[in-house]
Amino acid sequence: MSKQQAIIAEDVYKYFGDVKALDGVTIHAETGKVLGLLGPNGAGKTTLVRILTTLLKPDRGRTQVGGLDVLRQKQQVREIIGLAGQNTAIDEILTGRENLEMVSRLYHMPRPAAKRRAQELLEQFALTDAADRQAKTYSGGMRRRLDLAASIVARPSILFLDEPTTGLDPRTRITMWDTIRSLVSDGATLLLTTQYLEEADELADKIVVIDHGKVIAEGTADELKANMAADFIDITVADPHETGKAAQLLQPLSDENPQTDAGRGHISLAVGSGAQSIAEVVRLLDAESVHIAELNLRRPSLNDVFLSITGEEIVEEEAKTKRRGFGRRRSA
Amino acid sequence: MTQQTASAAINISASHSSALQRFVWNFTDTFVVMRRNLYAYQRQPELVIFATFQPVMFLLLFTYVFGGAISFSTGGDYINFLLPGIIIQTILFASANTTVGLSVDLSRGIIDRFRSLPMSRAAVLAGRTSADTLRGLVTVTIMIVVGYIIGFRFEDWGSGLLGLALAVAFGYSVTWIAATIGLFVKDPETAQVAGFIWLFPMTFASSIFVPTRTMTAEWLRAFAENQPVSVVANTVRDLMTGTVNPDEIAISLLWIAGIVAVFLPMAVWRYARVASR
Repeated sequence: MSKQQAIIAEDVYKYFGDVKALDGVTIHAETGKVLGLLGPNGAGKTTLVRILTTLLKPDRGRTQVGGLDVLRQKQQVREIIGLAGQNTAIDEILTGRENLEMVSRLYHMPRPAAKRRAQELLEQFALTDAADRQAKTYSGGMRRRLDLAASIVARPSILFLDEPTTGLDPRTRITMWDTIRSLVSDGATLLLTTQYLEEADELADKIVVIDHGKVIAEGTADELKANMAADFIDITVADPHETGKAAQLLQPLSDENPQTDAGRGHISLAVGSGAQSIAEVVRLLDAESVHIAELNLRRPSLNDVFLSITGEEIVEEEAKTKRRGFGRRRSA
Repeated sequence: MTQQTASAAINISASHSSALQRFVWNFTDTFVVMRRNLYAYQRQPELVIFATFQPVMFLLLFTYVFGGAISFSTGGDYINFLLPGIIIQTILFASANTTVGLSVDLSRGIIDRFRSLPMSRAAVLAGRTSADTLRGLVTVTIMIVVGYIIGFRFEDWGSGLLGLALAVAFGYSVTWIAATIGLFVKDPETAQVAGFIWLFPMTFASSIFVPTRTMTAEWLRAFAENQPVSVVANTVRDLMTGTVNPDEIAISLLWIAGIVAVFLPMAVWRYARVASR
């Protein structure tokens, strides 16, 4: 290992009763880089973040953050990390400014410095207009921004963001990505968990795919895609009833079974070389008078990667989480 | 790699706090959290108003409904017997807020923020207990004012205020019991019940409302006479009615110190475990 590792987790186990939240996970995050921890809900991402941020004790395994032993040097670790958890860790009864001042004070900044830092962060995160309103009046996006601001109060060199955009609308999510990029532009290390493939693709230098408490793949987004060694052809047939028939016709072109969505007449086909196969697709379907509504050639997405590794659609998990998210908000 | 990480660790420990500094942080951090809790009370005035209204109502009801019947056994004015007792009762019942408040804090995201900061481990708890103690002081002051309107008199202001101080100090020790309970229950709903249930025997099997010698069952009388609530209530009552008994005060202070000495460490220990589930 020639390069310094900011975050090390080796052989980490954590069981909650019979549930194996972490079943021997090993990850390394290089200093100054963004490590994306990608996996569906319940994969163990949050558990790992909580262990690395001193909030939870692992059953077994070695954990180091910034060269410090997480279990034995908790207090020192807390001085160099920032955490924005899945549930926003802000005090709703306080104003945005008071939240940031309180956190600054708890990092033991003198009062004038705490006030200055709070003001700086309010400006940086576009919260000045709402600065003196109670946080309970904030929108979801504003809460996330305030939470992020609180996590970088002490300019941490190692930052943990646990699903920072879950539950945000698409536009707010893209703004959030810009914010996150700017946070790490001055050399901080970031561990980011997400269930969104495009988010990992957008932000992470390296991606670790985790499922059922185990690492199932890792590498850059391109490496993960390259392992697939295939292009994808997306076909939408005009009559969704013909989806099955079309899939059967196209089967010989691929080593894998085509993915189908009969409701929308959608077929996804993994092929060796897209350019050659696309003519074949048209010919085969035309010969049997199956009408094509849409035809697309594309490189594999991380969704395809995840699918090929786990056999599960990650998208469904997203939908589930969204529903659960709404339920939480309603009961709150 | 090992070399680099080692030097990083050294840099950090060099800039890291001394033992004295950490000791001081226990208090400054507590102050920061206390202020946060006081803001919360300030922004929910209805909570404070009702919490004050209830003991005032008790005071009026007991004075005018039971006063006539009970004063036969107390001798003298029942209000002078009752008010110091009701002050202790108020302080005991207010501690349920500590149980619930802490349990609510633990159920919210903010607790993860606190736990990931390099702050004093005891501050989240001590900030809660001290804010609640201050709130208790406000409530008790209002009760004394109302008491004065309906005929209560300090025999002597010096010893009377000493009695008030002792009552508030007892209140502080009780918030640590309440905090410990709040850390053992699993959600705010349970805290709502658990925070109150233990207060009933402690309050009613005591000398708060009636002299313990009037209790009929001998085992009950033995308990009521010796349990801390009675000991402190009697001392506060004596002080407020002008009797200064150093032995009595010393025993009360011992109880207060003992309760803090047991429950403060227990709460801190429990907090570390609970929050790291």
